[in-house]
Formats: sequence, C-alpha cells, structure tokens
Amino acid sequence: MPRLAYFGVLVFIVVGSGWLEVVMRTNVLRRSRRFVLALAPVLALFLIWDAYAIAAGHWTFDPDRTTGVTLLGSIPLEELVFFVVVPFAAVLTLEAVRSARGWSVGDEPPGEQP
Amino acid sequence: MTYTQLAFAGVGLTILLDLVVLRTRLLLRRVFWVAYAIVVFFQLVTNGVLTGFEIVQYAGDSIVGTDTPRFIGAGRIAYAPFEDLLFGFALVVQTLAWWVWWGRRGVQYRPLAGPPRWRSETGSGSAPSADGT
Repeated sequence: MPRLAYFGVLVFIVVGSGWLEVVMRTNVLRRSRRFVLALAPVLALFLIWDAYAIAAGHWTFDPDRTTGVTLLGSIPLEELVFFVVVPFAAVLTLEAVRSARGWSVGDEPPGEQP
Repeated sequence: MTYTQLAFAGVGLTILLDLVVLRTRLLLRRVFWVAYAIVVFFQLVTNGVLTGFEIVQYAGDSIVGTDTPRFIGAGRIAYAPFEDLLFGFALVVQTLAWWVWWGRRGVQYRPLAGPPRWRSETGSGSAPSADGT
C-alpha cells in the first residue's frame, strides 16, 4: 500500500479538481479532443525534461512509495499520469473561473466577448 | 544544466510561447491569474506532500537549496525546491495557452463553460450559457 503514496497524491488532484466539471459545468470532458491536442506538445516536452532530469540525477523517486512501473526504463508511471492530471486540473480551473465570472479567456470569436 | 537553470529557461520559453508564438496573451488576463492563484495553492499542498515525505527527492547540486527538505527557506517553499514553482508555472501556462489557441481556431470552442449549477435556475447571468446562445 505505501507504494501507492505518489498515486494517492494524483487521486487527490483528480478528485480536488474533478468536481468542477459537474458543479461549474466546465464541459472540458465534452471538449476532450481539444484537451488532447493542447496536451500533446506539453506532454512531449515535459516527458523529455523529466527523462533528462532523471538521467542527470536532478531528482529521484522513493522506490518504497512508487509502484516501480516505468516508461522507457526511467520515467515512473506516476510521472506520466502527473503530466496528464495536472494539465487537466489547470484547464478545469481556468474554465471554472470563466464559468463563475464570465471573464474573457481569449479564445472567443470576434463579437462574442462575454 | 542544473534544475535551476532549466526552470528559468522553461519560464522564459513559456512566456515567449504565450505572448509571441501563439499570441494567446493569457499572462495579460485576469482570468488566468485568478485560476493560477488557485492552482498554485494546490501545487504547494500536493507538492509539499511529495517533497516533505521525500517521495520525490532532489540532488543538492541541481537546485539552489540542499537535498534536505525544510518547510521554508534555503531555496525551499513548503518543502519543495522553489524551482518547482517555475516548473509548474511552465507546465500550466503552456497547457492553457495551447488550450486557448485550439479554441480560437474553432476546435471545440463549444460547449462553453458554465453557468455554475447554482445559477442555472435564474437563467441568464453574466456567464455564457452552455449552448453558447
């Protein structure tokens, strides 16, 4: 069980932001193709950064509190999930603020500024 | 390169991406800074757990601080290296900039966010409605 400690933090992030999709009607899941397109370049860049940082010894992961499953022999599975879950939470938060306040985000077509 | 150098470079490239490359200009918008304030609070909490319990450990020679986490000071904020705030800023801003960029190009601009559930009975608020009308 302790090997799921990092995963526990990831679950907290999902639960802590996921309720916005229901209560604030952020509609990000219904725009999942847009999310995947937005995530792709970010995911690629940060996985490269992570792989470099691990290879250079910038950071290490406690083997007793991570599953030990890795990608390409170095990046823990938890890191991959982190780089999906955190961007998802960020988009949910931005859309939740838009939902609550009605503020312009910058993607509005001309003449449709809220 | 050290984590410190990479983190500052990451922030610089991220600012360029938002202001110059994609011209999404999120960094000039109130909506971004309010959302980021919420995100950074939860980053301090969750990253504090990851670094305070040493689930993730940092090499002292790659950061301004040392490899021993402390709550505040010596290059650390809520147990995490301050560099993590730069890293998180880059991750969040790049994601949101691409999100806005695709929406601006008409890729799933709709369904728009809102209104919040508690405002749905009252009908038209200041927030755009879910079907965009």
